[in-house]
Amino acid sequence: MSYLRLFGAFFRVSVRGELAYRANFFIQLFQSLLSLGISLAGLAVIFSYTDTLGGWRPDQVLALVGVYFLVGGMIGLIIQPGMEELIDSVRHGTLDFTLTKPADAQLIISIQRVEIWRLIDIMLGFGVLAAALVRMNERVGGWEAGAFILMLLAGGVIIYSFWLILATLSFWFVRVENILMVFQSMYEAGRWPISLYPGWLRYGLTFIIPVAFATTVPAEALTGRLTWVTLVIAVALAVVLFMLSRLFWRAGLRHYSGASA
Amino acid sequence: MKALAELYAQQFKTTMAAMFQYRASLFIWMIGQVLEPLVYLIVWTIVSNSSGGSVGSYTTKEFAAYFIVLMLVNQITYTWIMYEFEYRVREGILSFALLKPVHPIHSDIADNVSSKLITLPIMIVIAVGLAVAFHASISPPLWAIGVFIPSLLLAFLVRFLLEWTLAQAAFWTTRVSAINQTYFVLLLFLSGQIAPLALLPHPVQIAAAILPFRWLISFPVEILLGQHTPAQALMGLGAQVAWLIVSIVLVRVVWRAGLRVYSAVGA
Repeated sequence: MSYLRLFGAFFRVSVRGELAYRANFFIQLFQSLLSLGISLAGLAVIFSYTDTLGGWRPDQVLALVGVYFLVGGMIGLIIQPGMEELIDSVRHGTLDFTLTKPADAQLIISIQRVEIWRLIDIMLGFGVLAAALVRMNERVGGWEAGAFILMLLAGGVIIYSFWLILATLSFWFVRVENILMVFQSMYEAGRWPISLYPGWLRYGLTFIIPVAFATTVPAEALTGRLTWVTLVIAVALAVVLFMLSRLFWRAGLRHYSGASA
Repeated sequence: MKALAELYAQQFKTTMAAMFQYRASLFIWMIGQVLEPLVYLIVWTIVSNSSGGSVGSYTTKEFAAYFIVLMLVNQITYTWIMYEFEYRVREGILSFALLKPVHPIHSDIADNVSSKLITLPIMIVIAVGLAVAFHASISPPLWAIGVFIPSLLLAFLVRFLLEWTLAQAAFWTTRVSAINQTYFVLLLFLSGQIAPLALLPHPVQIAAAILPFRWLISFPVEILLGQHTPAQALMGLGAQVAWLIVSIVLVRVVWRAGLRVYSAVGA
């Protein structure tokens, strides 16, 4: 409960900070709409030549685009800013201040920075999802909705843990921003169903850089094509990666030598 | 002219050394440059296979060739000046460049070319690998290869000059990211990176040809794929030369106007 209060406090600080730059809202809105618009235009071109793409109908790919924006927004809202801040503070030694605080340091670094305007991407993602759902209304039942929310949570945990593991590498290697950029490039591939890709790329996007669990798997759940096996693997991977990232974080902290530590 | 040649030679030596220090960053940039065309190559291959082996005028093998050549043309012509310039203006680093007796665009060109020289061999290996994996096939007539080289060179020059001009928006505003993204999104769509321009709706094709976008990436690719008659190819080269003239004028005008509003410590 106190963690939620803590998150609320950080969130309020971010909101107040950003309200001084209100024009940023319109800039982000413009950028998000543009990026969504070109995404939809691409879909329109492709589906003007075909009815299904690797077994996915247009409304199902639309749902995937919604998930892509939703998850991308979540990453940009809270995961990425916190991890970039962590890498910076390790290099500058300012992580000391976080470590002296009485709350769990991993929690603080994870929620310390919120890019509130990225909420727009999340809203747009929900909007696209809603539009996709309306177009395939008869096929979404309680099971699909429940599985979708569960897979979205699992995907979120997997992505968070993956970023945290990469970011904690900065305790050993100091300069790791570039590794984070690899994720950004790979995430682009999550716009399309992972099943389209040839084997090596599919495995890479599933198990080396787990983009598949963030976008394709939740979209599969929503469109009723999720198998029990995938569901179990996703949940198990979320649990394992979360524990692993905690171990990485602890080992990293032991290795940390800050300005005064 | 001789002084400029010496300048470039020296600049190449230093930027080559610097670029080798950024090997990891260059490699990471490359992942994105390969992945994006690869994704659309895969998507269009699937569309083509599911509709009997061709879409419009493109067969499955031509799609493969199209996106692989596009990947190389994009790699050869891309610039990162828009991110760099904003930083230079914001931090006042540009002031140092202004002290030098030559236009700063020359060192930027040298930077750009030397980074390409380092990455191009790897890109060619990747392109060959992809061409084998996806059974790409092209059979351009001999003259088309001859036209491809100047069209690629013109595409590089026009793209460099236009993006250099656009980068100078940083003189007037600190919010260049919105301008950059608008440009990149339009470039993505109108230069044929999502789909070959011939497959887009007719009005979009006209827009792509009137605006500079088609001439920056798509046109050299179309030439190498042997999609044009000699007359069409010549007209295309003419359009590229026209854009080259426009972009040279733009660079000069905007640079002068920008310098007048530039204010930093020492400027």
